[in-house]
Amino acid sequence: MSSENIESIVNRRYEHGFVTDIESEGLPPGLNEGVVRAISALKKEPEFMLEWRLQAYRQWLEMREPEWAHLHYPPVKFNEISYYSAPKSDEDRPKSLDEVDPKLLETYDKLGIPLHERARLAGVAVDAVFDSVSVATTFKEKLSDVGVIFCSFSEAVLEHPELVKKYLGSVVPRRDNFYAALNSAVFSDGSFVYIPKGVRCPMELSTYFRINAANTGQFERTLIIADVDSHVSYLEGCTAPMRDENQLHAAVVELVALDGAEIKYSTVQNWYPGDENGVGGIYNFVTKRGDCRGDNSKISWTQVETGSAITWKYPSCLLRGDNSVGEFYSVAVANNMQQADTGTKMIHIGANTSSTIVSKGISAGKAQNAYRGLVKVMPQAHGARNHTQCDSLLIGKECGAHTFPYMEIKNPSARIEHEATTSKISADQLFYCRQRGISEEDAVNMIVNGFCKEVFKELPMEFAVEAQALLNVSLEGAVG
Amino acid sequence: MLEINNLKSRIGDTEILRGLSLSVNAGEVHAIMGPNGSGKSTLAQVIAGHDDYVVTGGEVTFMGKNLLDLEPEERAREGIFLGFQYPVEIPGVNNAYLLKAAVNAKRKHQGLGEVDAFEFLKVAREKMALLGMDPKFLNRGVNEGFSGGEKKRNEILQMAMLEPSLAILDETDSGLDIDALKAVAEGVNTLRAPDRAIVLVTHYQRLLDYIEPDFVHVLSEGQIIRSGDKSLALELEEKGYDWVREAANA
Ligand SMILES: Nc1ncnc2c1ncn2[C@@H]1O[C@H](COP(=O)(O)OP(=O)(O)OP(=O)(O)O)[C@@H](O)[C@H]1O
Ligand SMILES: [Mg+2]
Repeated sequence: MSSENIESIVNRRYEHGFVTDIESEGLPPGLNEGVVRAISALKKEPEFMLEWRLQAYRQWLEMREPEWAHLHYPPVKFNEISYYSAPKSDEDRPKSLDEVDPKLLETYDKLGIPLHERARLAGVAVDAVFDSVSVATTFKEKLSDVGVIFCSFSEAVLEHPELVKKYLGSVVPRRDNFYAALNSAVFSDGSFVYIPKGVRCPMELSTYFRINAANTGQFERTLIIADVDSHVSYLEGCTAPMRDENQLHAAVVELVALDGAEIKYSTVQNWYPGDENGVGGIYNFVTKRGDCRGDNSKISWTQVETGSAITWKYPSCLLRGDNSVGEFYSVAVANNMQQADTGTKMIHIGANTSSTIVSKGISAGKAQNAYRGLVKVMPQAHGARNHTQCDSLLIGKECGAHTFPYMEIKNPSARIEHEATTSKISADQLFYCRQRGISEEDAVNMIVNGFCKEVFKELPMEFAVEAQALLNVSLEGAVG
Repeated sequence: MLEINNLKSRIGDTEILRGLSLSVNAGEVHAIMGPNGSGKSTLAQVIAGHDDYVVTGGEVTFMGKNLLDLEPEERAREGIFLGFQYPVEIPGVNNAYLLKAAVNAKRKHQGLGEVDAFEFLKVAREKMALLGMDPKFLNRGVNEGFSGGEKKRNEILQMAMLEPSLAILDETDSGLDIDALKAVAEGVNTLRAPDRAIVLVTHYQRLLDYIEPDFVHVLSEGQIIRSGDKSLALELEEKGYDWVREAANA
């Protein structure tokens, strides 16, 4: 089917049979208005959602890819990408763990992932997997008791359109940047969270437990709203290596914290980085932004990034409410041929706002790791404070670390501090450890984990343990 | 325990050890003295297995094993401990954590289970008290911002925890105040046992007042040019190295 064909068919109108076809076969490569309509139709979306997507698409057409990141990669061919891939049928999936690539299982083992979770992660056919539904159900009940909404984005569009309408795009506007516009037009699915006034979410919310999480696809959309005086901690991702045939990933995450609300968003991401030559790795272009919309609100980002061939990611905070607080804690590891360009933006708008940035970049092999941070203090933002700590650790001689701190200070009362260090794991340090009986690999892990301590302590406990194991696996063979 | 026979070693193109022989038996304490640059630290590093130093000739056996075949960490687990002349700083790595990892690496090698965390801390605190070290050093980065003397004490603490069969202490006495010197010497003396050997590299008789050596060797230009008992150290203190060198060249 050529893309013109699709367009004409889709434009003809929503027809049930056609949708079933796409549901089982996916859309052929290419992007045009018809494709956007098809995606919306597949999801049986209300009119407002389709309209929103179409406007995003038209805006995207007028935009150009960003070129300023410290990254080098072959151009993405947007017309060779399929924007809706069919969920894998159970027949194509491995029937049991015996059919799964032993190398993948070995990694799970090193990461200490419990046995019953491995099957699900490896994509073993659903009916063969342990009974995750019952876990998720008790989970859902507990949440609905306190009025927390936690569901897939598609579900939210249908069940809570008023909330979606009110908040979608209110933090990351459609035309914010090239990838955000693309995501807005074609996003597949994602998570939606609403915490009502005064509620402290009784558990950590994790994508992991979300029903329907199986196939969120390459254009994920997440929206989290914390109403007045509420509190939520959200965990995204998982330490298991994620492979995907889709090379391009462009997610958008929007957080809204109203008066006195607090959102803690933790990510551990381990996309497949490609082989030693970088072949087959994921390109990960993500727009994450939190809006401290209310007074005394707080948004805290913590991320541990080890995957992707290319990462382009700047979780940011808009500190609009008076006394609002933004935090960014990040560990980014780049090994082999990986390129990472990450950082944050802290935009101080309200009075007496404060932000903290702690960035730990680890480069090994031939990797390039760049920190890019912006601290912006608007003229009306009296009494703004920022502390930035930006450390790089190099393992080996061929890798690089780059720091690009930008500051735009338009209010003289601002207090801004920036500290940066670069260190190397030295041969002497490794020899010292080895002389004490510790293997070189363990020594590297010890030094790396020590380097990342400040960030790890921000992660929820179990996540921190996993993140540490993940780092060790990512840097395996980095020395020697 | 340790047999070194005609050992030759170079770093880059410079030959530093030029046919060195030394025999250390269990229960003995040896002192190695010698002018700056004579190769004392080199000898210690070669025994520990530093790969900057290329062994170009000779043999080294340790408790019957060919030491030169073993990786540095294997040598350590077999019971060789080197107290470094310049202990390196490892910022961010907790001192207690490194210590425990080292103890466990050795225990694993011996087929033992991991040390109990509570027991470990208790023992560590006891040894620190003995060395006059504040327990808060356990929670600092390894040697991070330690003063020269504190670093040396930390080496002795590691030695005390690891209970090596062969301890080589490279100028552990340099940079220590009088009290620290006594404490360190006491730490070493506690370790003295019929199944252990200690090699002290030092420039000063002072240390040997507290730790009495069975043998004293003079290393010069990569060779041991004279060996004797503790009286040799006193003689060196008095007369310097020239007379030994002259005697050796004669
Ligand atoms: N990395 C190196 N490159 C070149 N020469 C080296 C290197 N390391 C050591 N040497 C040389 O080897 C010789 C022996 O050094 P070594 O450190 O073993 O001496 P030492 O006897 O321990 O001296 P000191 O009493 O000053 O500690 C010196 O001349 C030194 O300059
Ligand atoms: Mg020396």
